[in-house]
This record gives sequence, structure tokens and C-alpha cells, in this order.
Amino acid sequence: MNNPLSPHLSIYKFKLSLLMSIAHRITGAALYFSMLIFLFFLISLSIGASGYEIFSLIINTWIGKLVMLGITWAIFHHMLGGLRHFLWDMVKGFEVKTVDKLATISLLGGIALTVIYWSLYYIL
Amino acid sequence: MVELALPRNSKITEGKKWPLPENHNNTREFKVYRWNPEDDKNPSMDTYYIDTEDCGPMVLDALMKIKSDIDTSLTFRRSCREGVCGSCAMNIDGVNRLACTTAIEDIKGAVNIYPLPHQKVIKDLVPDLKNFFDQHRSVEPWLHTKSEEPQEEWIQSKEDREQLDGLYECIMCACCSTSCPSYWWNSDKYLGPAALLQAYRWIIDSRDDEREARLDKLEDPFKLYRCHTIMNCAKACPKGLNPAKAIASIKKMMVERRVSKQA
Repeated sequence: MNNPLSPHLSIYKFKLSLLMSIAHRITGAALYFSMLIFLFFLISLSIGASGYEIFSLIINTWIGKLVMLGITWAIFHHMLGGLRHFLWDMVKGFEVKTVDKLATISLLGGIALTVIYWSLYYIL
Repeated sequence: MVELALPRNSKITEGKKWPLPENHNNTREFKVYRWNPEDDKNPSMDTYYIDTEDCGPMVLDALMKIKSDIDTSLTFRRSCREGVCGSCAMNIDGVNRLACTTAIEDIKGAVNIYPLPHQKVIKDLVPDLKNFFDQHRSVEPWLHTKSEEPQEEWIQSKEDREQLDGLYECIMCACCSTSCPSYWWNSDKYLGPAALLQAYRWIIDSRDDEREARLDKLEDPFKLYRCHTIMNCAKACPKGLNPAKAIASIKKMMVERRVSKQA
């Protein structure tokens, strides 16, 4: 008999806590690959002024800036997520209400820190 | 393994639409997952209409009403109708819960009812929970003792007994385990929130003499550590328990005993 598998992802209600778990993984993976950009930065430096010139040209296009914006957000988001996991590792903050509060705080916090970081970059 | 889409034989089709009842001023729409092993078809969603004035307040009342008055072939598990047996666990309006403790009026719009997610379906809303109960058995949910059997009973202090609060109340309904994406992808190797909460219930029991052996058994990349604190389990538990917290407590004990061994 060929019994079916009951539906899962397509029918389960997405809660913020679940989305934040997915986002933590995605930002983590993105940061891993963003190390390549850092690597190119180091290579460009080792080449000298002309090498850095090219790197700076690419990174200052709007696509480059968008990627850098994404990376800064990923760093802050993942960092706050990491602190949340640190709390959980100490068996703290497990009440459902606290979990929701922590999820909201780290989501908004990650966005806020990104905005502050880029504002400072443009002001200074 | 992560498989986002359903296998071909599990894709859900549009099912039968049953007529509205005669008095349809206070009707509610119920869309219910159907699959019959006897005919060679894919699962479908059948639509039923219930007059709420002629039906009890809970989702289980509506299912029983459908079975007795509209469609006797509808199959589901139920027993106590008061949230202590765990039989009528199903996915209602996108969340795993007990049909008997979920009020119809708390759900907006059509009431969508599916079997517990990512399980082999036996018929309609009845999933095959063999693996789930095998995993429960694997944590040996009974007292392991080496000390001499007492004359009367195993004595426990009030404080030690309190350690079991929030653990012993589990009714093994499987709402938590089948709400967990980690369990969906790795139910063959990951024990899941229910079995791990039960494991912790015996690890933390002051009368049990096998704490170290129990921890040794869970020290495994899959059995315990596939929990990523997604928190679906605690949000689904109809008894308000917190399997994620129990799992975190086990993880912490693992670290603590490793540190104390080194010291």
C-alpha cells in the first residue's frame, strides 16, 4: 500500500520564531560566503594601490553597496540571534512570551543597528 | 532529509463539497483531509458545513457531528474529549492541537483540518505513530535503580518532586514532535521534542540511579542535537509544557558533566 505523507511546511502556520530560526541559518550561510569578498579585499590590498582601486570601484557600484548593506545586516542579525542562542544555552528565556519578545527585539535590533551603522558611515 | 515538496502520491486534490444544512444562518465551513487506502486516489480536502447551533463548541464536536450526520466514512482518533488522552491530536488551522480542547469560535474563517504533519497517513486524520512511540520506548521511560528496593516506596523530597513539574504532565499526543521542522526532516534519527522531554523527566528524577547512562545514550549528533530551538514544540503543546526547555536542560547537563570530568 502506498500511504501518503501528510502535508507539513505548506500547511503549518509560520510563526515569527520559526522565521527567525530560518533567517539565522540563511544569514549564517551568507556570512560564510561573504568571507570571499573579504578575501578579495585582502588580495586587492596585497596587489597595491592599483588593485585596491579596482576593488573600491566594484564595491562602490550600487550593486556593491547593496551587497555590503546586506552583509552588515546579516552580521548584526546573526550576532543578536547568537546572543539569543547563548541565553537559551543557559536554559533562560524559554517562556513562549519571552521567546516572541526576544524574536521581535533581535529582528528590529538587527535592522536598527544596520541603519545606525550606515548613517554613521555617511555622516562621518 | 529536507524535502520541501510532498511526494507525488501525497499531493492534495479538491475533494467533495457536501451541501449546506437546511438552517444555514450559523454555519461554519470545515475543510477536512481525506485519504482512503481502499481506493487508488490521492488525498483530497472535503468540504462540510455545520450548523453551530446544532453542534457542541469544540472542533471534535464538529468532527463527530460530521461523522454521525453527514459522512460516516470520516475517520479520526478520539477518546476522552477533555484533553487528557491525546488521541485527537491533529493540525487545525495550521497549528497542531487537540480537537477536543480547540473551540470552533476561536478559529476565523473555514476550519482547515489535516492529520499531524509529515507522518505516514493510515486513513483520513489517522497518522501512523509507530516511530514516535518506538522513540519513546528507546529512552526507557521507567525508573532505573541500583540501590536496594525500599520496604514501602521510593522516597522523594518535596523539592525533588517539584523538578518533575512541567514534565510528568505530558500525554504523548505528538503535537510537539510533528510540529518540529527538525523532526520532519530527521525523524529517523532525531528523537524529537516529546521523547526528549520524557528522557529529561527520568534524567532529572532524584530516584533514578542511571543518570550518567541516560546522558551517554543521548550524546549523539542526531538524537539530541538536531534541536535548534525553533520553538514550534512549546507553542503547539496543548498542556502548556516546554519540550524545548527540557532539551536545553539536557544539553546544559552534557556540557556541565564534561567540564566537571576535566576539572
